[in-house]
Amino acid sequence: MPGQKFGPAWFPGLIAVGLILCGVLLAARSQRDVLVAFPDWIRSARAVTGVVSVVAGLLFYVLAADWLGFYLTALAIQIVWMRVLGASWRLTLPVAVIATVVIHLSFYKLLRIPLPWGIFERFAF
Amino acid sequence: MTSAILSQALAQVLDPYVLWVIFGSALFGLFVGAVPGLTATMATALLVPVTFFMPPVPAIASIVTATAMAIFAGDIPSCFLRMPGTPASAAYTDEAYAMTKKGQGETALGAGLVFSVIGGLFGTAVLIVAAPALAEVALKFSSYEYFWLVILGLSSAVFLAIGNPLKGVVSLLLGLLVSSVGLDNPAGHPRFTFGNAELAGGLTLIPIMIGMFAVSEILRGVAAIDKPWEMAQAKVGNVFRGMWGLTKKYPLQTLRGSVLGTAIGALPGAGADIAAWMSYAMSKKFSREPEKFGTGHVEGIIEAGASNNSALAGAWIPALVFGIPGDSITAIVIGVLYIKGLNPGPTIFMNNAVALYAIFIVFILANLLMIPLGVAAIKSAKQMLRAPRELLLPVILLFCIVGSFAINNSSFGVLLMLAFGIVGYLMEENGFPVAPAILGMVLGAMLEENFISSMIKADGRLIAFFERPIAGGLGILTLMVLSVPLIKAFFRTSMGVPGGGARQ
Repeated sequence: MPGQKFGPAWFPGLIAVGLILCGVLLAARSQRDVLVAFPDWIRSARAVTGVVSVVAGLLFYVLAADWLGFYLTALAIQIVWMRVLGASWRLTLPVAVIATVVIHLSFYKLLRIPLPWGIFERFAF
Repeated sequence: MTSAILSQALAQVLDPYVLWVIFGSALFGLFVGAVPGLTATMATALLVPVTFFMPPVPAIASIVTATAMAIFAGDIPSCFLRMPGTPASAAYTDEAYAMTKKGQGETALGAGLVFSVIGGLFGTAVLIVAAPALAEVALKFSSYEYFWLVILGLSSAVFLAIGNPLKGVVSLLLGLLVSSVGLDNPAGHPRFTFGNAELAGGLTLIPIMIGMFAVSEILRGVAAIDKPWEMAQAKVGNVFRGMWGLTKKYPLQTLRGSVLGTAIGALPGAGADIAAWMSYAMSKKFSREPEKFGTGHVEGIIEAGASNNSALAGAWIPALVFGIPGDSITAIVIGVLYIKGLNPGPTIFMNNAVALYAIFIVFILANLLMIPLGVAAIKSAKQMLRAPRELLLPVILLFCIVGSFAINNSSFGVLLMLAFGIVGYLMEENGFPVAPAILGMVLGAMLEENFISSMIKADGRLIAFFERPIAGGLGILTLMVLSVPLIKAFFRTSMGVPGGGARQ
């Protein structure tokens, strides 16, 4: 900013200096000899696929929801998550359908959130 | 306070719609609190999108009620599963479980309930008395005083966090960095936007908080999905049996827990969980029978149980008067207050007195409602704890998605939630506390604004920060708080005792 001593770069600059200082101090104090340590759940297949599917499912929602619409996307990720975490088909299907419909209706109808319809636009209610 | 305001406030609370909201939020809070891995902060973050469409009083009432219930209900799985329902109960989980093993589960649950109510009411009383009194003083504050207040708040968040304070500082700085994204700075200059329109408006806090408090918890829950929950058998009859005796036996402990809890709650950045840890330690230190602690002794549960519920109300004092959150829950609440036109600050007591007293009444009501609903929750604990995680976690995650989307009606919110969910998970796993980061995000704009405008007013003379009497006092207090750990560290190294220490 011209004519002003304390412009918009001041504050982030201070933060940057602080972060560098802390980084150096933490590195100096570090006693670990390994760079990356894995938690022990890495040995459980169910836990690992679970964590991966949570992240992948959320990314899928961000990318696909506007195109596929809320119903299809939400239903798909619900079913994948429940199955991966070990629920039986008998429980997964009804719970996933009910949860999707109830959450959609309460947010879309009651709270008036414009959840995307995507390719199902003509069925919109 | 005139009786006209009070009766208006009472009328607002006793509206049937508001009462239904309170009742519903109470049930929601009890469930969230009782299920391990779902926390009171998470309940608040998930309630925000729902409260968007409510009038101010029911919106705030739902959060107040749900969190009060959740902090109490966190004690329930401690007794049955040896797992805290919320981090606020972690301090005495082993103690409560040991009591169940000794066949005293009923007493542990009863003490959790009764002293939660007492602590909650105590904190509420302090809130009602202290907040308006502080507001009188705060009316005279200028940018210098606010600058010091924010710094004091941020430093207490760092030093009260459990673990390495240096990691707390890193967490805080990351939070401040997040707050500096966008156009919303004193110069109105776009920062860190990379030409992206979503970033120009700054990062929206609610999706970030849903990420850090809900998604990261869910990731932790999914990672631990293979660990079975083993229910201890406990016969629960009348949970109030013997409570009167305990109240008479431990009045000092109850009072001390409530006072310390309220104070820790009111200090920015430290909430119910830290209050419980400190109160439990204090109880053990001053107990006449410290050797009994850890073997199933009710004394620590009483003190820490009162402490964490009183912290909840204490946290609202700085949140309402200064707009500085006392804990993670009020960090979220402050955003809701702004949306509802109840802008926090000393003038809230003049501009929104009725709504404010309505909130106070809700606090009292929620704590009284805890007695019958708490008994019901204890009785149905076994059913609640049998809720299958493999179905529960996906449904909550879908709720998180919709909630993050709802704030700006954009998928960018969901992406933000995912990113900060992963960041929050990695931070906690590596010993970086999340609370300072949240506080930094909430207070970043306020800190920068008051700092820059003070610097401009003073033309760069740092001494101006100490020239006004209150500012000078606050400044010296801050410097003292900041120097304590440095002095401690100096003595520790000079006496040859290794620093750090094992993290619990």
